[in-house]
Amino acid sequence: MVSLRPPLRDLAGGSSDVELEGSSLLAVLRSLETQHPRIVGWVLDEHGRIRRHVNVFVNGEMTREDLPLEPGDRVHVVPSITGGCR
Amino acid sequence: MTELLVGTRKGLFVLRGDPGRPFSVAHRVFAGDVAEFADRDPRTGRTFASVTSGFYGPRVYWTDDVMADRWKQAEGPGFPEGSQSSVERTWIVKPGEVPGQLWAGVDPASLFESRDDGETWSVNEPLMKEREANTWNPGQGGLALHSICPWPGDPLKLAIGISAVGVWLTEDGGATWRTGYPGLVPEYIPEEAREGSNALCVHNMHRAPLRPERLFIQFHGGVYRSDDAGATWNDIRKGLSSDFGFPLAIDPADPDSAYVIPLVGAEDRTTPGGAVKVWETRDGGASWTARSEGLPRENAYLTILRQAFGTGGEGEELQLYFGAESGEVFGSADAGKTWFEVARSLPPVTSVRVA
Repeated sequence: MVSLRPPLRDLAGGSSDVELEGSSLLAVLRSLETQHPRIVGWVLDEHGRIRRHVNVFVNGEMTREDLPLEPGDRVHVVPSITGGCR
Repeated sequence: MTELLVGTRKGLFVLRGDPGRPFSVAHRVFAGDVAEFADRDPRTGRTFASVTSGFYGPRVYWTDDVMADRWKQAEGPGFPEGSQSSVERTWIVKPGEVPGQLWAGVDPASLFESRDDGETWSVNEPLMKEREANTWNPGQGGLALHSICPWPGDPLKLAIGISAVGVWLTEDGGATWRTGYPGLVPEYIPEEAREGSNALCVHNMHRAPLRPERLFIQFHGGVYRSDDAGATWNDIRKGLSSDFGFPLAIDPADPDSAYVIPLVGAEDRTTPGGAVKVWETRDGGASWTARSEGLPRENAYLTILRQAFGTGGEGEELQLYFGAESGEVFGSADAGKTWFEVARSLPPVTSVRVA
């Protein structure tokens, strides 16, 4: 299960939770792009790397693309906390 | 009525009004994101916007209805597999010389081309390989390809300006590139290091459409003119209040014309003495005249960024508009003779174009 917040939720057609399959976090995020093409380029850059200011949590732990996933793992995609700039 | 596309740190504003009085905000879109640049392709009426989210990265949008709340997201610009680069921001989108063709300049300095009116984009590989094979140093604003100057009627010729690796020229549609360095002097590095240096910080470059071999540059310290299509450059800063600034504009009807907005040098980057003045030349830079009637004359310390100076029309009816990081937009409908306040209290202005 992948949980999304605005504006990603809007790009996924309003879905806050999306059921996806994949053996790794990268595979799941690619699957998210396939199901919801408007998200292409928002979470992953053109080389498949999670953007610098996007944080992805799996079961409450912040992680990166190559983490293996198991059925039932819970993924949260959130913007990083970078306030105070402008 | 005049329509302006005003990019800001907090979205894109569409301003509409009659010259001489403040304009109204007709529309705001991309709220919260940085609208780096927006312009309309006069051939199709399609409007483009470069937008960067602090979280979700950069993208280019397009629309055939500027009042729409939801614009279409282009496919690209993005680097192909095998490149180690990622697009940080898109600095400019510029119509090309064949139907459907547009150019885009990005950070890290690369040129992208669209052949389908901006819906998909592909990188110019020869220039990308030049960057990846050599040492290109960024300016303070990044390694920015921000100026694209097509040659009217000839799609094979193009001049581009990059901060900070100078002028690059192609005469075969981008298959091969050469530099246009002679005459540009990087006074910001030690004198003994200048010979052969590629650390040439072009801030903005424009071509005179009626005499395409003529180009003007606002440089990081200096204003230059080329009369040989960018191969060599002549210093034309004499007479200006400061040789530092970001944007430059021209009157398309007059190849001898250029407008700059000098700022106190690199250490400050605000309008000199707290007075806002646009400087105009009508003799190719042999002399300059300050144009300030209607602009703030005291207590005004503005910074005007490189894309924040746009024009519409030409000749006696040339309209000029510029926006400041402090949120004001000023305009002139008589080629700079008099000015009026277009808007105030906008977010910091990144770009201004007449739609």
